Amino acid sequence: MPENALPKLELKTALAAASGNAAPLIEIKKLSLFYGQAQALKNISLSIRERVVTAFIGPSGCGKSTLLRCLNRMNDLIDGVRIEGSVRIGQHDIYAPDVDVIELRKRVGMVFQKSNPFPKSIYDNVAYGLRIQGVKNKSDLDAAVEQSLRGAALWDEVKDRLHTSALGLSGGQQQRLCIARAIAVKPEIVLMDEPASALDPIATARVEDLILELKRDFTIVIVTHNMQQATRISDDTAFFYMGELIEAGPTQKIFTNPRQKRTEDYVTGRFG
Amino acid sequence: MPPNQGNRTHGWMGIHRGHRARPLEWIAERGIFLVALSTILMIFLIFVFVGREAMPILFGQENSALIKPVIPPEEMDRLKPEELQAYLGLSDKAFRQMERETLRELMIVKQEAQEEIPEQLRNDPDAHLNTTEWSAMLLPRQWSGYDEPVYIWQPIGSIHKYNIVPLIIGSLKVTLVGLLVAVPLAVGAAIYVSQLARPRVREVVKPVIEMLSGIPSVVIGFFALLVMASVLQSVFGYQTRLNAFVAGIALSFAVIPLVFSIAEDALTSVPRSYTQAALALGASRWQTAWQIVLPTALPGVFAAVVLGFGRAIGETMIVLMVCSASVVSWSIFDSARTITTTIAAEMAEAVAGGHHYRILFMLGAILFAVTFISNLIGDVVIHRLKHRLEGKR
Ligand SMILES: Nc1ncnc2c1ncn2[C@@H]1O[C@H](COP(=O)(O)OP(=O)(O)OP(=O)(O)O)[C@@H](O)[C@H]1O
Ligand SMILES: [Mg+2]
Repeated sequence: MPENALPKLELKTALAAASGNAAPLIEIKKLSLFYGQAQALKNISLSIRERVVTAFIGPSGCGKSTLLRCLNRMNDLIDGVRIEGSVRIGQHDIYAPDVDVIELRKRVGMVFQKSNPFPKSIYDNVAYGLRIQGVKNKSDLDAAVEQSLRGAALWDEVKDRLHTSALGLSGGQQQRLCIARAIAVKPEIVLMDEPASALDPIATARVEDLILELKRDFTIVIVTHNMQQATRISDDTAFFYMGELIEAGPTQKIFTNPRQKRTEDYVTGRFG
Repeated sequence: MPPNQGNRTHGWMGIHRGHRARPLEWIAERGIFLVALSTILMIFLIFVFVGREAMPILFGQENSALIKPVIPPEEMDRLKPEELQAYLGLSDKAFRQMERETLRELMIVKQEAQEEIPEQLRNDPDAHLNTTEWSAMLLPRQWSGYDEPVYIWQPIGSIHKYNIVPLIIGSLKVTLVGLLVAVPLAVGAAIYVSQLARPRVREVVKPVIEMLSGIPSVVIGFFALLVMASVLQSVFGYQTRLNAFVAGIALSFAVIPLVFSIAEDALTSVPRSYTQAALALGASRWQTAWQIVLPTALPGVFAAVVLGFGRAIGETMIVLMVCSASVVSWSIFDSARTITTTIAAEMAEAVAGGHHYRILFMLGAILFAVTFISNLIGDVVIHRLKHRLEGKR
């Protein structure tokens, strides 16, 4: 496939140019991932800038979620996963043998495609991450819960029912609660796997607004199937196909003037 | 023409075919319904049978006093048939089949039996006591020859001592020890197997624990009697070699696989999305298991404990083999006799229809009621827990 044979160096320069002066926070180098015998990621190299929204796009099954899970090592939970190459976050190789995965995950938060609040109260959901870090002081927790819920644009809707079960919330509210839960521990990076795929347009718009808000404090990597969403919220975009990174760069460039024919076909909806 | 059209009846008449449309499914449904119904019926019948046999005791119609008022055979004709039947303690069928002469013979036998009672017993107040009264079954009594009021279960002998308190204490003692040992172990193992163990380990440990439930309880009892009793005695150094403690631990062997199996299922069925959410927040595997998975699976784990309680209080063989002296003592290092072992050991020698026999059935009814109530309470608690988890509080 001649289009795929794009030299990695060129990709990197493309991203570096896009990033301007901001140094890349995440550096993925020659990353390959195997589920048993099946190779899901093929030699991926990609840089992700700090305090910027990066979107992963590509047809179903191309490895977006898999790559996302590599960034907080959630793939460790799956049996028979083998990884080659390296992922560096802030100069630290997160796959080095001395890395504490728990510490890593406190810094790299994750929001899942399907909202998954714990069957506990709204308050306990948001406070959980802090509690496991040893925060016990009630006023600290109260403040953090309020701040996170405000950050997730949910405070006004739930402030009177903080101690009722989170499962009583609507789907969209649950997803925003999961975002609040993820940002409550003040991670540096938030990974989002199709966070709005199960939401109605209004809830989706809220989550999108929220992501744009969060960008000020966090580095966000988001998987999405919605091209409009990618253009609305992301600064950089990476397009994957069959486990390979086809093209990455500033979102505007990817959507208006892509280098690769395949990228163009995908973003214009000619295949996918 | 759409592909499905061929199977359809024409027009709207087809919707009136009722069960004739799918006769096989209809038969299967009815069959399953009948099976379910017969199970319920069977339980009901057992309950009715046990209840009927225990009825005279429950309503105080039985008299176990050694010395009873005697009606001389000459007065036979002054009695109504019902009174005569009750006096001779005959069943309806036997009474109807008997000739007048036979009945008279029985009255004579009865009179002679009463006359044969030695003088010494005649003056004993115990001999006049109906020991199947509730007060005699539940309260301590100073039997003649004793220095203080005591609780005694001693159904054989000239005076039948039917105090059920030692049996109840015995059952509670053994069950409690069994559960205290079994529940933490079983739930701990379930957490380990379902949440922490590597799949390779899980594939070995799970079937091995569940295989325990295939061991007949008589084998566990035998093992406890010969091996565990000695080992435990040398470790803990108590007096009585065979006691409630040994019985309880042996019992836990029977309870562990049951509680483990159900608790493990409950823990495994907690959605993986919860686990993932917790781990992604930086919780350790242990924190996830303890703070997220266990609380979520609590209704199921609680159900496992309730069933374990039922199994423990109903288990007979193990306890029967390990210890059987009926003493009133809350110390687990003393012997104990449980309700079930009493029924098993004494039913064979109790005369059918006699007061001993009926008391044993009443014990069975008590057991039935206790398990029923514990299941009922368990159900309510499980329901509440579920509601709370689902946010319908
Ligand atoms: N746990 C797993 N075990 C084995 N193979 C897996 C596993 N998860 C994903 N895969 C495979 O890896 C490939 C990439 O999957 P991934 O979930 O990353 O795709 P995706 O891009 O996120 O797709 P989608 O847009 O549908 O979510 C797929 O071929 C998939 O079948
Ligand atoms: Mg995916």
